[in-house]
Amino acid sequence: MSNVLSNEKRGMRELGAEKKVGWNEVTHGVVLHSFEDDAADIALRKAEDRKYSEFSSYTATVASWRVIKPVYNRDICIDCQNCWVWCPDSSIISRDKQILGIDYDHCKGCGVCVEVCPTNPKSLLMFGEALSSDDAIAQWPVKEKKEK
Amino acid sequence: MAITSVKNLKEFSTSNDRFEGAHLLCPGCAHSMIVRELMNCTDDNLVISTNTGCLEVSTAVYPYTSWDTSWIHIGFENAATAAAGAEAMYKARKRKGTLKNPDAPVKFVAFGGDGSTYDIGFQWLSGAVERGHNFTYICLDNENYANTGGQRSSATPIGASTTTAPAGRVSYGEKRNKKDMLAIMAANGASYVAQVAPNKWKNMAQAFQKALSTDGPCYINAMSACTTEWKFDPKDTINISDLATDSLAFPLYEIINGTELNITYRPKNVLPVKDYLAAQGRFKHLFKPENAHVLEEWQKRVDEKWEYLQRREEARV
Repeated sequence: MSNVLSNEKRGMRELGAEKKVGWNEVTHGVVLHSFEDDAADIALRKAEDRKYSEFSSYTATVASWRVIKPVYNRDICIDCQNCWVWCPDSSIISRDKQILGIDYDHCKGCGVCVEVCPTNPKSLLMFGEALSSDDAIAQWPVKEKKEK
Repeated sequence: MAITSVKNLKEFSTSNDRFEGAHLLCPGCAHSMIVRELMNCTDDNLVISTNTGCLEVSTAVYPYTSWDTSWIHIGFENAATAAAGAEAMYKARKRKGTLKNPDAPVKFVAFGGDGSTYDIGFQWLSGAVERGHNFTYICLDNENYANTGGQRSSATPIGASTTTAPAGRVSYGEKRNKKDMLAIMAANGASYVAQVAPNKWKNMAQAFQKALSTDGPCYINAMSACTTEWKFDPKDTINISDLATDSLAFPLYEIINGTELNITYRPKNVLPVKDYLAAQGRFKHLFKPENAHVLEEWQKRVDEKWEYLQRREEARV
């Protein structure tokens, strides 16, 4: 999940221009193909089995939008998939009914996943962008006692 | 229709995404939750058209596209027309036998915001529904023109402060009530009409599947909480949606063939509408003593609407 197109290259690729292309120079009626191969059965393929073209936003990143990031703790997770269904940026990676982790290329750090997480303590928490995931997991809170 | 199982969330999670990340919608935007769920709930090929709006400008920023399906954008008002045209051509080519792959199932879907559905694209939508094209129109209802800075639309509810109906010393914000688009579409001849909300994911997925498998025009009004213009924290999108459905500010129901109304979600504990309004910055001014009558008006209208829906459901009309 690397970033194929860096920000400096935006808008240049289609015309092969050296400078950035302005609104008036953009090709009219351009068709952007999301895939490099035949996409007829694309609904049956997982992301890792697809050949995304450089035009698909899958190959781009919005990681720079984030100031806080969700960190995922596998030990507490019950694989309920709440975070998967409500993630607005398709950034929770789920395979075979299991959560594998977070796609930090596409996550914008909104925090919806933390809000919808039902475990106690939560298996997803927001931490500062600069903190490493290992450090974050080391300072994970312990189970809260239920208030009577 | 090849459908994905939505029996439970674990099974649904094995479906494949066809709406990619790194679109430029705001963090916490409900638009992408709704769109992604629609595309995940079927394996059929989709032909999607989109009106101008947040969704369109954020998912097709040249040179990127977030769509893994055929996707077209023409103008502000004509997603319904584009879907109708594509559907008509598909039918004609099928009849003439000129389709490359005639057996592949194809569904036609149009997305519009509430501005382009309730106001600007109203006539075009009405025309496409009247002609009876086999397509599904989904309105992402965030109750204002969020893409251009939060102007009022005819989906804006009473009392909301918007940039063109601001609350202040003299005014309490929007004075007119929200247009009942579902009733209009049902009366317009839509085969299936439903109101859905992203927090009730199963309810929403079932409505999408029903609409996609229904022959004829279908209209779905999807509540899309707008973190920017409703003024709440991005992380609270689902919490706000919960408040909206549980306070019955957004009752979830469906109308089949214009004559059969079913309530699809009944909250166990109905919350006062105040709770929903208090969570959003756009209704902040309603809690001043001089605006108490607007809060009463809100509650009264919500109660009346719920009573009306229940009576209709009971009478099977």
